[in-house]
Amino acid sequence: MDKITLSHGSGGTLMHKLIDSVIMKEFDNNILRQKKDSAILTIGKTRIAFTTDSYVVNPIFFPGGDIGSLAVHGTVNDLSVCGARPAHLSFGLIIEEGLDKSILEKIVRSAAAAAEKAGVSIVTGDTKVVERGSCDKIFINTSGLGEIYYDKLSPDRIKAGDKVIVSGPIGEHAISVLSGREGIEFKTKVKSDSAALNRLIEKVLKASGTSVKFMRDPTRGGVATTLNEITASHKFGIALDEKAVPVSDGVGQACELLGFDPLYLACEGRVIFIAAAKEADKILKIIRKDKNGKRANIIGEITKEEKGKVCLNTAAGGRRLVDMLSGEQLPRIC
Amino acid sequence: MKYIDEFRNRRLIDKVAGRIRAKADPRRGYNFMEVCGTHTMSIFRFGLRGILPGNINLISGPGCPVCVTPNEFIDKAIALARRKDSIIATFGDMFRVPGSHSSLDKEKARGAAVKMVYSSMDALELAKKNPDKEVIFLGIGFETTAPTVAQSIIAAKKEKLKNYSVLCGHKTMPEALKALTEEPKLNIDGFLLPGHVSAVIGTAPYRFLTKRGKRCVVAGIEPLDILQAILMLLEQKTPKIEIQYTRIITKSGNRLAKNSIDKVFEADDSSWRGIGCIKKSGLKIRKEFGAFDAEARFKPKIAAPKENKACICGEVIKGVKTPPECKLFAKLCTPEHPVGACMVSSEGACAAYYKYRGRI
Repeated sequence: MDKITLSHGSGGTLMHKLIDSVIMKEFDNNILRQKKDSAILTIGKTRIAFTTDSYVVNPIFFPGGDIGSLAVHGTVNDLSVCGARPAHLSFGLIIEEGLDKSILEKIVRSAAAAAEKAGVSIVTGDTKVVERGSCDKIFINTSGLGEIYYDKLSPDRIKAGDKVIVSGPIGEHAISVLSGREGIEFKTKVKSDSAALNRLIEKVLKASGTSVKFMRDPTRGGVATTLNEITASHKFGIALDEKAVPVSDGVGQACELLGFDPLYLACEGRVIFIAAAKEADKILKIIRKDKNGKRANIIGEITKEEKGKVCLNTAAGGRRLVDMLSGEQLPRIC
Repeated sequence: MKYIDEFRNRRLIDKVAGRIRAKADPRRGYNFMEVCGTHTMSIFRFGLRGILPGNINLISGPGCPVCVTPNEFIDKAIALARRKDSIIATFGDMFRVPGSHSSLDKEKARGAAVKMVYSSMDALELAKKNPDKEVIFLGIGFETTAPTVAQSIIAAKKEKLKNYSVLCGHKTMPEALKALTEEPKLNIDGFLLPGHVSAVIGTAPYRFLTKRGKRCVVAGIEPLDILQAILMLLEQKTPKIEIQYTRIITKSGNRLAKNSIDKVFEADDSSWRGIGCIKKSGLKIRKEFGAFDAEARFKPKIAAPKENKACICGEVIKGVKTPPECKLFAKLCTPEHPVGACMVSSEGACAAYYKYRGRI
């Protein structure tokens, strides 16, 4: 009998296969098939983005954030990268019996503050309590709605020469969460990058005409997996420049110690833009002016060669393939 | 980062690569084996094969601890995991390695208690926190991990812990290299000897290699370390053992670590995946520490181990074949559905080939 293992939830190849073979098969429709971060719907004359995400991060408090603010940021970002202005969120709680009420209060307060900062309102919710052992402290589901204000995002617009821009140093969320996890604890100054990116993204989109062709937030599976999802089944490849990829010292050190490649580590407050080359520098300047984008950089470009693949020009002068995450285990990172 | 940035310095890398190209005789080929799994990963991660001239052939050796662990060991670990009161503590790489019929991650999904730890000392802590459970640590690896596992056993004895034991699958490197040099299909000119194994055992145990005409350099794991070691191999006029990794390695090794190994373990014949039994190439727990030997205590019963006949992990570990020569590679055997251990371990040659696709 096949069983679901933790690897099925890692955000990598196994999860994609599970989604295709079990979930897409039963729910199949035109909107779902597009597999975007949000579903793009037309209601009346309005185009809206609709998304949902569940948060099971362990530990629930980590340097730079907690499960409450993360549940707001993640859903706000999933709407934002689809060119939508996030407006309303739902907030569903599954709580394990025995949780200190003060912890719940702290989490909800943090979520409320994150929502206020991002300019979204939490308008509906649900609360369930389950027996001890049926969940681990607290799980949160948030869904979100937003009106589409930029409809020029499509991988079909991407062509050779376009630039790949990342809005800041990668992997900080994953390392911050791991550093607080029982059994792995290590001292680091790394704080999670968890943040709402709707304002940063809106500034970029408003100032750059139609130059931005695609956006994704590199969460589970990191930049490597996200870029592979973009190139998969398309007639272009991506060449990354290892030297240009921003990685903070703390993340770099933790990666050396634990044997991780930062390209596969989750971010919760970073966005990848694919934009026309002539506007790339201008876009970079706008991102760098935002407090969440100070260390943004152009990390690579779209190529005609190696269609469907992501390659890395290594700092050592070599060249190698960057594949999708497969099977590595970093469970419950978000 | 100190000791890392310097060894990834592009200007120096280009310089050493230039000297390698100048030194390598274009009329002949060179077969150099990188023994250690960390070397293999570094070579792929930094794309070093593409920097080297085409006539220098790097062969991945038997230095990935997970890859050389036979099915029999995994089957025993699974049998122990199925005991009601046991917690299996293991390094993460062992989680998904398939045994004859199952794997530890599948057993975990079925309800077995399998915990990932970063060190044997964490397993010891787990035992202290769970006095009503038997915590069994899966001791695998070479002379690099054996001293830490020995220390955990010494500490457990001192603290009179009754619920900590080790399923011992430790192996030692020199005897395996001896067996490899006797492999007729394998024609190796020189060895990049493992950095961290040598940090413990020093260089004396490798002397037989030079007597068999093999050039040897103990190499570090950063790109510049590996390239410099290759240059040193090319420059050797007569076979000798040199140390490139001088910031870590001394000729005599680490006496304290060697003493811990000797105190807890003794040499024993050991079975290597695909290679078979190599005399005195493994470690077993000495009788005086028998209370901490999971095999002696629980006597796990297993059926005769089964291997997938099409899997050529054994040939890959010996360096006789490369992963793409396997019929299963990237088809039936992928990191999500591994058939052989070389595809599961992050240091396995098949995983490295799959992840980085060799030269591109």
